Amino acid sequence: MNLIVEREKGLLELEKRIHELRAMSANQPIDLSSEIRALEAKYAEIQRDIFGSMSAWQKVHMARHPSRPTSLDYISQLTAFDELHGDRQFRDDPAIIGGFGKLFGRRIIAIGQQRGRDTKENLLRNFGMVTPEGYRKVARLIELGAHLALPVVTFVDTKGADPGIASEERAQSEAIASCLMALVDARVPVVSAIIGEGGSGGALALALADYVVMLEHSTYSVASPEGCAAILWGDAGKAEEAAARLKLTSEDLRGFGIVDEIVPEPIGGAHRDPATLIERTLRVVDAALARLSGESVEELLEARYRKYRRIGAWQSDTMNAVTARA
Amino acid sequence: MPEWLSRRRGSSAPPPDDGALWTKCPKCGEVLYRKDLAANYSVCPRCGYHFRMHAFDRISMIVDSDFVEIGGSVLPGNPLGWSDKRSYEQKLSADREKSQLTEGVVCGFATLSGFPVALGVMDFNFRGGTMGTVVGERLTLLFEAARDRRLPCIVFTASGGARMEEGMLALMQMAKTTAAVARMRNAGNFFCTVLTDPTTGGVSASFAFEADVIVAEARAVIGFAGRRVIEQTIRQKLPENFQTAEFLLEKGHIDMVVERQEIKPTLGRLLDYALGDKHERVDAKVPELNA
Repeated sequence: MNLIVEREKGLLELEKRIHELRAMSANQPIDLSSEIRALEAKYAEIQRDIFGSMSAWQKVHMARHPSRPTSLDYISQLTAFDELHGDRQFRDDPAIIGGFGKLFGRRIIAIGQQRGRDTKENLLRNFGMVTPEGYRKVARLIELGAHLALPVVTFVDTKGADPGIASEERAQSEAIASCLMALVDARVPVVSAIIGEGGSGGALALALADYVVMLEHSTYSVASPEGCAAILWGDAGKAEEAAARLKLTSEDLRGFGIVDEIVPEPIGGAHRDPATLIERTLRVVDAALARLSGESVEELLEARYRKYRRIGAWQSDTMNAVTARA
Repeated sequence: MPEWLSRRRGSSAPPPDDGALWTKCPKCGEVLYRKDLAANYSVCPRCGYHFRMHAFDRISMIVDSDFVEIGGSVLPGNPLGWSDKRSYEQKLSADREKSQLTEGVVCGFATLSGFPVALGVMDFNFRGGTMGTVVGERLTLLFEAARDRRLPCIVFTASGGARMEEGMLALMQMAKTTAAVARMRNAGNFFCTVLTDPTTGGVSASFAFEADVIVAEARAVIGFAGRRVIEQTIRQKLPENFQTAEFLLEKGHIDMVVERQEIKPTLGRLLDYALGDKHERVDAKVPELNA
């Protein structure tokens, strides 16, 4: 059960009640404005209580909210998009949507991880868990972008790479590594947006970018909190504790230099005002592409190398000082 | 006991150097004289079980003579301030004690069959060989040094994946090492990985599978997702040989499977094919260090 969905229920009730009162006062000669104001104040108060300062665990649930905008919601707001299918080897993975697009008129390659918005679509799209064929499609599209000098924009939203037998049989590791390699070598600007869950290596495979933007309440972590708890403590039920320790929020990652810019969300989360949020995110991505397209290929690749080269925190010899840090 | 479980059990408890003269093969139960076992490359003479090897033993098995370490002064901190039952610092210190290593990888220069090489060896005894920022940094230093010195690079992998206690900083080492491997390979260096038991997660999904030639040690477990995760996800038992080196060879993921005793001569031949006369072969001499 999604924590945020649960907490929203009271708010949605209140919202409905306010709406009804407004309709009543518009149609009838009774003054309900003080009741409406009281309810609105109450509504704002509850909203602040719930969303004012969310814990890491609450953000995990926000990132997984069933109504949170998915890659297709962003891609459908591009000025143009034509999907390109398949890995040219085995299969078309529906958990990856990719193709030619135009972002405010700028020609791009757009790629996104796509989870389902209902059970039926989730089955089709494997809950957004990408198989090796999906990653090979991603690598192919990145190379296509580099070939045609089209910048690459990726939308990241996955629990993690698919952990099934078939994926192991078809070399999931190699498929993810080939995406990383394609992104490292791409001679065009790459911008990634972490729009939902950034689950482990399966997310990084699309996010090794020159500029990484992250929605305020998205999460991005070394393993899912459940996975981390299972690995460390043999108990996936301790996910909330793991979430609190993993430093998986946008603020944390901005601090580590892993995320470059945070896109603020409307109070209550991205799904409360998707149109505005999507427009805002696409503007941020476009601005980043505009800046990056001014650089020469050599400058771009050198800056990309340095960006990832410096990530980490370690000590040198017996000194206690951290000598290098993002 | 299923074969994989016995392997897990055996491997999670590698023979500690506690001064005992005898040890037991976790697979066939044979009682082995430790000296004989060491002389046999830590391979059970009865059933061929490959004990997991300490990085230092591995290095002395592979190199001609000397080994000059680089990156050894890069040591872990606690960037996330992680603490659960023990603090991360306590876990690190316990593993330092247990493994006699300062981190999960040892990197440096040596000669192998006369070829100067940049060599990295991961060790499962240190936090399950997991890749945190120190493992990533040391390997990156190795890849950069190999590129600068135009040396072939060989890395023995053994890893449970990314290190949880360093969170996203650990995951990003996949990006960092990939970037360094790309630079090294684009410069024309020969890169070879030897996957040993186990090689999984963030290590298999980055530099382990980015090599020109990928060798796997016989019977090593290699995969992306851990066996338990897959079994829990699909709720059925996996075939015995699933995710073994032999399985991967059959599926076409790796170049060759090699018994431990054959690894050094195999690497010697590979270096010869890859480099031929490009490198002046030296006898038991380590390349000179300027830095």
